[in-house]
Amino acid sequence: MCCPVLTTPSPGSAKDWLMSDYNFAYLDEQTKRMIRRAILKGLAIPGYQVPFASREMPMPYGWGTGGVQVSAATLTPDDTLKVIDQGADDTTNAVSIRSFFERTAEVATTTVTSDASVIQTRHRIPEEPLSEDQILVYQVPIPEPLRFLEPRETETRKMHALEEYGLMHVKLYEDISRHGHIATSYAYPVKIEGRYVMDPSPIPKFDNPKMNMPAIQLFGAGREQRIYALPPYTDTVSLDFEDHPFDPSKAPHPCGLCGAEDSYLDEVITDDQGGRMFVCSDTDYCETRCANGHRGTELAETAA
Amino acid sequence: MTPLLDVRHLSKHYGRQIGCADVSFDLWPGEVLGIVGESGSGKSTLLNCLAGHLAPDQGEVIFDTRAEGPKDTLTMSEPERRMLSRTDWAFVHQHARDGLRMGVSAGGNVGERLMAVGARNYGSIRSQAIDWLGRVEIGETRVDDRPTTFSGGMQQRLQIARNLVTGPRLVFMDEPTGGLDVSVQARLLDLVRGLVRDMGLSAIVVTHDIAVVRLLADRLMVMKDGHVVETGLTDQVLDDPQHAYTQLLVSSVLQV
Repeated sequence: MCCPVLTTPSPGSAKDWLMSDYNFAYLDEQTKRMIRRAILKGLAIPGYQVPFASREMPMPYGWGTGGVQVSAATLTPDDTLKVIDQGADDTTNAVSIRSFFERTAEVATTTVTSDASVIQTRHRIPEEPLSEDQILVYQVPIPEPLRFLEPRETETRKMHALEEYGLMHVKLYEDISRHGHIATSYAYPVKIEGRYVMDPSPIPKFDNPKMNMPAIQLFGAGREQRIYALPPYTDTVSLDFEDHPFDPSKAPHPCGLCGAEDSYLDEVITDDQGGRMFVCSDTDYCETRCANGHRGTELAETAA
Repeated sequence: MTPLLDVRHLSKHYGRQIGCADVSFDLWPGEVLGIVGESGSGKSTLLNCLAGHLAPDQGEVIFDTRAEGPKDTLTMSEPERRMLSRTDWAFVHQHARDGLRMGVSAGGNVGERLMAVGARNYGSIRSQAIDWLGRVEIGETRVDDRPTTFSGGMQQRLQIARNLVTGPRLVFMDEPTGGLDVSVQARLLDLVRGLVRDMGLSAIVVTHDIAVVRLLADRLMVMKDGHVVETGLTDQVLDDPQHAYTQLLVSSVLQV
């Protein structure tokens, strides 16, 4: 059914031949080939932004066109796909991308992190540690970490080529001088294998230490037409100062639903009297813990 | 003793237009060279060629590097040249806005060169920045203000502090006092003269203002239509000009 082999239809067998036989996962084979070459180059040079001919996708820029293209080029018919948006499986972006691939690739989908072989994510790394047979695909809005400091693309390319990253520390310096600490809390720049400075996409800096992981990480920026990648176990160091070391902070609370102390939390406003609760942003992690009998304070109250 | 900068037969053409033609000179350590001439005489072209911002058509610019001795900066690899321009060289633009990051605080502007050469201690970067702001008469209270809130003279002084913080040996200045009013000019010149003397800097100052070179420069080069028409000690050239154009230039200065 989904075998990506082009067979010329003979007049008699027109009914058996379907467009989807060729266009597995929406993109044509030439495009996927081009994207795979960019991915391979990215994996060969960790942190380097590889230009690629980004295609128009049936969704607006900013909704994950880069991630979708990378996923489409990565998926095989046997894969199981999970899509998360800010950690959640049930938000608009995640639901629509998941159903997009259900329709165009007919792959199995899941919300369980450990069951997925390809995970497309927007702005989070799942709490559950990933394994060597998984691929994490990030949606990236602005791939260039130096962009807001140096608007010229010619100049930023030269800075990457010559390893001139002093400017990145100017941004952190400005943070400390204005706020007393490094206030950059997401898209926190990392140095890859002592060479390229990379924007880890807008994940919270809490997730930065997880980037040295067994799974392959692929980054796709559709509008900016860049792909970059991290092979398994790549050395990633978050930039900092000697006297202001990197701090992967999170809200100092346990999850209100599952009681987890170690997960990244969303703050949810519950009424207009100042009531709030903190819950895991990774919905699968939270639900799994609740199913295993963990109870947070908020859940206990509603149950009682 | 080797000259700090040895320029030989430097030429730059813009198509059929001459930018500068066959310029040769030596610059010795601790010396300040003034380049004067009217607008369009090739002063800025020459300076940009020397500083590596423009590629000259022919000639050599031999700089006495710390590590490897005299070396032609034009045949150097780009990383080497850019390293020079962050450490041993400094470039003061006519418009402070060209040389500053306007969206970054004064402290960040001064600290950028330090961080570019590997400083990673916030406390020491900041104290050096404050020290340098003090040296150019900018108060410590302004260290976190952006240059957009500074006056023209302060911006120019900030640009100088930002350039000198890594202790360069050669400073290129393109009309450093252009666009400033005369009293601010006088203070800035006083400040630059003090810094140059204290740090033993060599400098090349491009200007059309005779008063600036009279105060700052040891030696003077007069340019017209891309050619050097007269060179000599500053006082000698200004008090006893030989070339017709230099005579015109000196006599054009308003005597108050």
